[in-house]
Amino acid sequence: MIDWIQIFSNAAQELISPTTAAYALAALGLAIHFGYTGLLNFGQAGFMALGAYGFAISTLTFGFPVWASVLVGIGASVVFALILGIPTLRLRADYLAIVTIAAAEILRLIFTTNTFDDVTGSASGLQGYKGGIAALNPIPPGTYGFGPFTYNAYDWWIRILGWTVVILAALFTWSIMRSPWGRVIKGIREDEDAVRALGKNVYSYKMQSLILGGVFGTLAGMIFILPRAVVPANYQTSLTFFIYAILLLGGAATILGPIVGSMIFWVLLSFFSGFMARAVEAGWFPFMTQVQAGQLRFILVGIAIMLLVVFRPQGIFGNKKELSFVR
Amino acid sequence: MSDNGTPTTPVKTTGLHVGEPAPGVKKVDPIIVADGVKRTFGGLTAVDVAHVEIPRGAITALIGPNGAGKTTFFNLLTGFDKPDEGKWEFDGRSLAHVPAYRVARMGLIRTFQLTKALGLLTVLDNMKLGAKQQTGENLFRSVLPFLWRKQEEEIEEKAKEILTRFKLDAKQEDYAASLSGGQRKLLEMARALMSDPTLVMLDEPMAGVNPALTQSLLDHILDLKSQGMTVLFVEHDMHMVRHIADWVIVMAEGKIVAEGDPHEVMSDPAVIDAYLGAHHDADLGDSDDEHVHAMKELIDDEQ
Repeated sequence: MIDWIQIFSNAAQELISPTTAAYALAALGLAIHFGYTGLLNFGQAGFMALGAYGFAISTLTFGFPVWASVLVGIGASVVFALILGIPTLRLRADYLAIVTIAAAEILRLIFTTNTFDDVTGSASGLQGYKGGIAALNPIPPGTYGFGPFTYNAYDWWIRILGWTVVILAALFTWSIMRSPWGRVIKGIREDEDAVRALGKNVYSYKMQSLILGGVFGTLAGMIFILPRAVVPANYQTSLTFFIYAILLLGGAATILGPIVGSMIFWVLLSFFSGFMARAVEAGWFPFMTQVQAGQLRFILVGIAIMLLVVFRPQGIFGNKKELSFVR
Repeated sequence: MSDNGTPTTPVKTTGLHVGEPAPGVKKVDPIIVADGVKRTFGGLTAVDVAHVEIPRGAITALIGPNGAGKTTFFNLLTGFDKPDEGKWEFDGRSLAHVPAYRVARMGLIRTFQLTKALGLLTVLDNMKLGAKQQTGENLFRSVLPFLWRKQEEEIEEKAKEILTRFKLDAKQEDYAASLSGGQRKLLEMARALMSDPTLVMLDEPMAGVNPALTQSLLDHILDLKSQGMTVLFVEHDMHMVRHIADWVIVMAEGKIVAEGDPHEVMSDPAVIDAYLGAHHDADLGDSDDEHVHAMKELIDDEQ
């Protein structure tokens, strides 16, 4: 018999997991890039990798305190955004897409190669960088919570930390997008030549947007490594595409969309994988092995997202009115 | 305001030039002076203007057949394209190597041949975007609304006033994408006014506008002049050119071939050549020998 309680409680845990928070924040960064400014950044995984490695390497190799490690990660992603943006932001949108997808892969391969093994840990990655964060934990040791949401002090701390960053980032994004700055940014998405003709420095605004969304991706990369180790294989191109899926699910030019989109994505993923694993175990699908069942969840999530995009293309929080004018 | 329903005869500005009207004639008070501006695309010379001056405080029309280089010249003047050589200045300040957004900040605002209304912004937001020197357009100041709220209210008031003048005030909360083609032209012109420009450059303001809106658009262009702005526009509609332009510059094959008063310039042989071809009155028979022979043979066969 299938243990439905266990499946549902595992799925419910994903609602507030730090991974969900990390994906939500990375998707919020993409919302700034793609949803508001119209920049096709396909290298969000690269920004996340910079956050993860920037933080971990600063802590492990250089012994920096937490705040300095965070600043190193942010600084690295600002430099990365400048390197990507300076040659491409004057060109058509698709050039940025090509450059970002390649640059993110280059970063991942640099982190994977054996040449820098002492610093990056190559393919096996890095761990043991969590001491600083754990030391900042104000929660006394013990186990807290109810039902599926029962965690120890460190697990609660990283959840609180992660979601606090997400909420602050969402409030910040909300406030800039309703300001005149946001108006220029949305104007650039519609037609950058028109905005240029009105005396706005479009190149500078696009750069600001690229840096801001990239920094969000970097912070997401740091939240992402709190419950796990830093492993280069996590930063493949598929990570960027999952984040795009979350963004489109929630609504590209919205604040709540990326956050709720991330929750739905991870709850669904967990539900499907739990259900498939147990259904195969119980012999419901005799033609399928456990390994196949593990892969099937991505197919099912893909189908669920396709259905959403077909029947609600503006996403959950998107404005239906906008779609009637899409060219 | 000349918006009283009946078409008014516009007051023409005269005495703009010094000496005989000819290509590159000196103006009494030029706002734009271009010298040796040349732009080539591969082997094609799109624009090759030796010297031209645009008179201040008047409506100047830039006409010419398709492919004459009018829009390219527009793009060069406004920094949207860079010429291969030449120098040109606006109000005495050189515009060479000045990026488009700085040109706009100097007070030279343009519109586009294919209207660029920002579709998924409301009409009011489109207007507000046109205002210059907004405090809240700085990323760091944008998070502190108390720094820009007052200016925002002033901008909104001004935007609503201009929208009322252009009869778009009922549409202010709608997406610009929901406007008709003519309304978008109006919106683009209204948006240009938000920055209090000194020179407004309109690229084919009448293209795709239904006749009912034409008169209102013409009145708005005349209004710009009465408010002290200089207007330079590209247009194909000769009726409109004759009606509102104080000065006409004719381009053909990238060069300025004629300049002058709208009525005189239309009868200039160089203009007729530009539109109808240099040999429009020559006997085509001479250059078409083969066809003539073929025709003769056909007739002979029939007999």
